[in-house]
Amino acid sequence: MDLPLSNFRRMEVEEFDTSKLLAHASQQAEERGYKNFPIVDVDSHHYETEAIDEILEYMDDPVLQQLARSARQASAKGNGVVSPGGVGYQDMGGRVMRYSTRGMEKTPAGTHRDISLARRWMDAIGINIAVMFPTPMLQLGLHPQVEVEVALARAYNRWLCERVLAHEPRIRSMLYLPFNDAEASYKTVQEFGGKPGVVGFMVTSARYRPVHHNSYMKTYALMEEMNLPLAFHAGYNWNDHTVGMMNRFIAVHALGFVFYNMVHMANWITNGLPERFPKLKLLWIESGLAWIPFMMQRFDNEYMMRSSEAPALKKLPSDYMRDMFFSSQPMEMTDMGALETTFRMIKAETQLLYSSDYPHWDFDLPSTIYDLPFLSEQAKHNILGGNAIRMFNLTLPA
Amino acid sequence: MPDVFVAKAAQFADGERRIVRAGATEIGVFHWQGQYYAYENLCVHQGGPACEGLIMHKVEDVIAPDRTWNGQKFSKDEIHFVCPWHGYEYDLKTGECAADRKLRLKSFEVVKRGEDVYVVAG
Repeated sequence: MDLPLSNFRRMEVEEFDTSKLLAHASQQAEERGYKNFPIVDVDSHHYETEAIDEILEYMDDPVLQQLARSARQASAKGNGVVSPGGVGYQDMGGRVMRYSTRGMEKTPAGTHRDISLARRWMDAIGINIAVMFPTPMLQLGLHPQVEVEVALARAYNRWLCERVLAHEPRIRSMLYLPFNDAEASYKTVQEFGGKPGVVGFMVTSARYRPVHHNSYMKTYALMEEMNLPLAFHAGYNWNDHTVGMMNRFIAVHALGFVFYNMVHMANWITNGLPERFPKLKLLWIESGLAWIPFMMQRFDNEYMMRSSEAPALKKLPSDYMRDMFFSSQPMEMTDMGALETTFRMIKAETQLLYSSDYPHWDFDLPSTIYDLPFLSEQAKHNILGGNAIRMFNLTLPA
Repeated sequence: MPDVFVAKAAQFADGERRIVRAGATEIGVFHWQGQYYAYENLCVHQGGPACEGLIMHKVEDVIAPDRTWNGQKFSKDEIHFVCPWHGYEYDLKTGECAADRKLRLKSFEVVKRGEDVYVVAG
């Protein structure tokens, strides 16, 4: 493969091998003795569009299926029908080379490619169990056709359960909720809640539906009853008018991956949903950690003056946030003092769950937690695996 | 530790790099515009293989005398190599991290003996 470089130079790349790319991660795992305690990664990814032909086999709507297959033939990417896509370049102009070269990686016949690739990076990094999410579908909540989100979500969920989760107990998932259709979301929990490998459900945060709408209450109630956590997975949306004022992707990503989760968190708390669903476990994914102390301080301060506008609350907003769970990545690590304060404010020892986000550009290794100077050995083990095992009620595969 | 053989000079073209090992240490050796440069292949960020990624010129904003923005260009002189894990960029001629020059990779001396290129590993 020929990669374009600066000033009209080019670079030839002949192979891509996950194990080679992550050789230094394997060395870290060995040096730190990760094999001596369980590590759970609560946010990792695959590229489901690479298996879109398989997924479309599970799509019930024959017209939509034909439309999607036709689009596949019409262009190399051909995902316009099922994925709204959007402008963005997470690969930094090719600098994060695995985006452009990953297709060259060879995997053995007889095992699903997504399983082979996951095993490779999990083994290299030292991860026992990975909770896996899609990639392009993180934008699906922005699709203008609600029925497309519903149809693709069901096809993807069925495909994932049958082709991936059923064959590799080290891979789990919080399945995609088609949140723009409340009734379909409820049916999704009913249909898939007990499937092997399903450890909860996930809402892609980039969308325009308020989480406090009455139509969602029976879904939350069902998940609470089934003891299945609900996750909000962050995403950016450069087409949003506010986000669209930013012309650099660094700004779109830095703010965009936090913005929607802040909106959903604000609505969740001020509408008293923690009081209505006290046993429903909430997990906030891929917004990093710095936003949490900001929201805790901002909402506590205003609540003290305007408690009449959030009358369902029986304690401070930050107290409800400390009952929630947060994934660690991309963990802001440029000010160790601020990070230590953040860990204290969010009760990291019990509420923080390690996540890699591999293979995306800003992935974090377990060493980002393990090497922190202010954590006890027990706290490191909790964050890297113990907290997730408790929250998801996981049984480690033999 | 004895010096580490990198390559025959004739087989190490300008613009190329080699990764060599000195004991447990990996060293990236670059040949750029007639000079050789060598750094430890260990990113200051999360320990990635810093020397194994793309070699890219620094991106620069073009600011006019009236301080308006007139697009972007690649530098003619400042060349970086990029850690393939997360994109940390390093100045190829100094080993400094381009985003924060207080951070830098450990550097090594490179010597040419006859037609052979060696890294002085310490």
